Amino acid sequence: MTTKRIVIISAGLSTPSSTRQLADRLTADTVAVLRERGVEVEVQVFELRDLAHDITNHLLLGFAPPKLEQALDAVSSADGLIAVTPIFSTSYAGLFKSFIDVIDPQALIDLPVLIGATGGTSRHSLAIDYAIRPLFTFLHAFPVTTGVFAATSDWGDGGDGVRSLPDRIFRGAKEFAELVERTDRSDLLNDPFALDRPAGHLVGGFTGE
Amino acid sequence: MSEPTNISGMQFGIFSISDITADPTTGRTPTEAERIQSTLTIAKHAEEVGLDVFALGEHHNPPFWSSSPTTTLAYIAGQTSTLQLSTATTLITTNDPVKIAEDYAMLQHVSGGRADLMLGRGNTGPVYPWFGKDIRQGLPLTLESYELLHRLWREDVVDWEGKFRTPLQGFTSTPRPLDDVPPFVWHGSIRTPEIAEQAASYGDGFFANHIFWPASHTQRMIALYRQRYEHHGHGTAAQAIVGLGGQAFIRKNSQDAVNEFRPYFDNAPVYGHGPSLEDFTQQTPLTVGSPQEVIDRTLGYRDYVGDYQRQLWLMDHAGLPLKTVLEQLDLLGEEVVPVLRREFAKNRPVDVPDAPTHASLVKAKYGDAEPRQATPNANRGDNLTLGSPYQDTASVESSKPGSAFGPAATRKESVR
Repeated sequence: MTTKRIVIISAGLSTPSSTRQLADRLTADTVAVLRERGVEVEVQVFELRDLAHDITNHLLLGFAPPKLEQALDAVSSADGLIAVTPIFSTSYAGLFKSFIDVIDPQALIDLPVLIGATGGTSRHSLAIDYAIRPLFTFLHAFPVTTGVFAATSDWGDGGDGVRSLPDRIFRGAKEFAELVERTDRSDLLNDPFALDRPAGHLVGGFTGE
Repeated sequence: MSEPTNISGMQFGIFSISDITADPTTGRTPTEAERIQSTLTIAKHAEEVGLDVFALGEHHNPPFWSSSPTTTLAYIAGQTSTLQLSTATTLITTNDPVKIAEDYAMLQHVSGGRADLMLGRGNTGPVYPWFGKDIRQGLPLTLESYELLHRLWREDVVDWEGKFRTPLQGFTSTPRPLDDVPPFVWHGSIRTPEIAEQAASYGDGFFANHIFWPASHTQRMIALYRQRYEHHGHGTAAQAIVGLGGQAFIRKNSQDAVNEFRPYFDNAPVYGHGPSLEDFTQQTPLTVGSPQEVIDRTLGYRDYVGDYQRQLWLMDHAGLPLKTVLEQLDLLGEEVVPVLRREFAKNRPVDVPDAPTHASLVKAKYGDAEPRQATPNANRGDNLTLGSPYQDTASVESSKPGSAFGPAATRKESVR
């Protein structure tokens, strides 16, 4: 049985947050789908709120303090990323973008991504498609076609009566799980500092290896 | 040459990035003229307190002043007698490698062999377009330019063609390096494994800046460099030539050091207004405290990089007044470095080389024989006519008959 590594990034600012709640539900469905298919899953959750100071320091200094480095390593070596952010002023939260900004631009290549977003009303739901999805495609990640937006009313009886939040979560999780199941991303990791191997990768033929 | 004081075989010194920063405790910013004079005083004092090396940065934008390091270093060479002059760093990306070859060979001659240099890629994006280069080509530029620089110092006549510079036919970089031994080159990098590989493949030194990044990064860079140094056949991994940056603020009493340095830290370029002094000293090699604390911290570097050759500290940045910097050098030279020389010498394997000097490189090349002294032939107007430009090397005419265009026509492959 293979084990896939999924990382969850939640950019909600309050505790508890509906953003984290959405992230947890997306995770639960993803894990359930994968387990049903015989895929073991290892899940790591990072609340960006806990990393906010480190993220700012990284922006200023160019290196990650230890706690943030753990998160960055986890994301770049993952088989799948569930990224959930509140929508502020028409787009992702600044903290969310700041975290993306300190990720190595190469680190998300081929990474399956499930996008989630939260907001006060469903009128913000397209932010997933005009703001967040282009961010991940720019970084050559693979965001699945379904992004899940949860408005405040979705948590009660004022939500979408035809396609409920749980339906949407399941649909997104299923699409995501299919990509995660197929990817061999975490096996292909290339550590440029790795010892005991030819180093032709370092300078593209410079060493003739 | 073995200096009697250098008992660990290591060199200790300081490097300046030439920033002109307001003193946060007074709000006053020194003028360029003041700061330049202060730096000259600092360099001379480095020798007075027994330090081995002064290295100077290169920048082409305010608030830095050091755009022309060899001019400054040549003056310092004239004012000192033992101090090794180096750079931190020389921009291999945007400088013409031909000019680097000429400038540093000159510095070697006027300083009596007290010059080496550290190559780097620069820290300001616009410096690339200012000098007609593209930052996205930073690494290819570094590799190509150094390959040319390396040849210019080793071959009297160079034919060369590359992507980033106009071709050379029959070019001789003058003067030839002192004693025909090129200046020692350190390749500096914070995070780029390719530079560790480059340094290793040439058998050159590798300098880890080491001051902004956690030790774990430096450890991996050095480990990679050492392993590749051995792979390329220049010696064992333990014999690779390693230098480290460092940063310290020292007072007799640890708490005095913290109190005095905090406003400078909090407002410093790069890390100011970022992490706390406490977090930063924990996560990076910055040490603010007593001489003993600096000693202990520095000795600890050996645990993760092995026995190494050169330790430089950044001591004069962030608006620290001249008087304070000179006091720092006193403490460094009198209380810290003598202990480090002794302690680093303990258990240092005999086959770990000393820091390279001109004397040691001459010895390695010639043994007890006299070094080559290049003497030019009469001016023939150009280098394309047949024959060597120097009296002691065979002319191409005699060694390769039938050549129509001199070295340009007969040289088939590059020579390392």
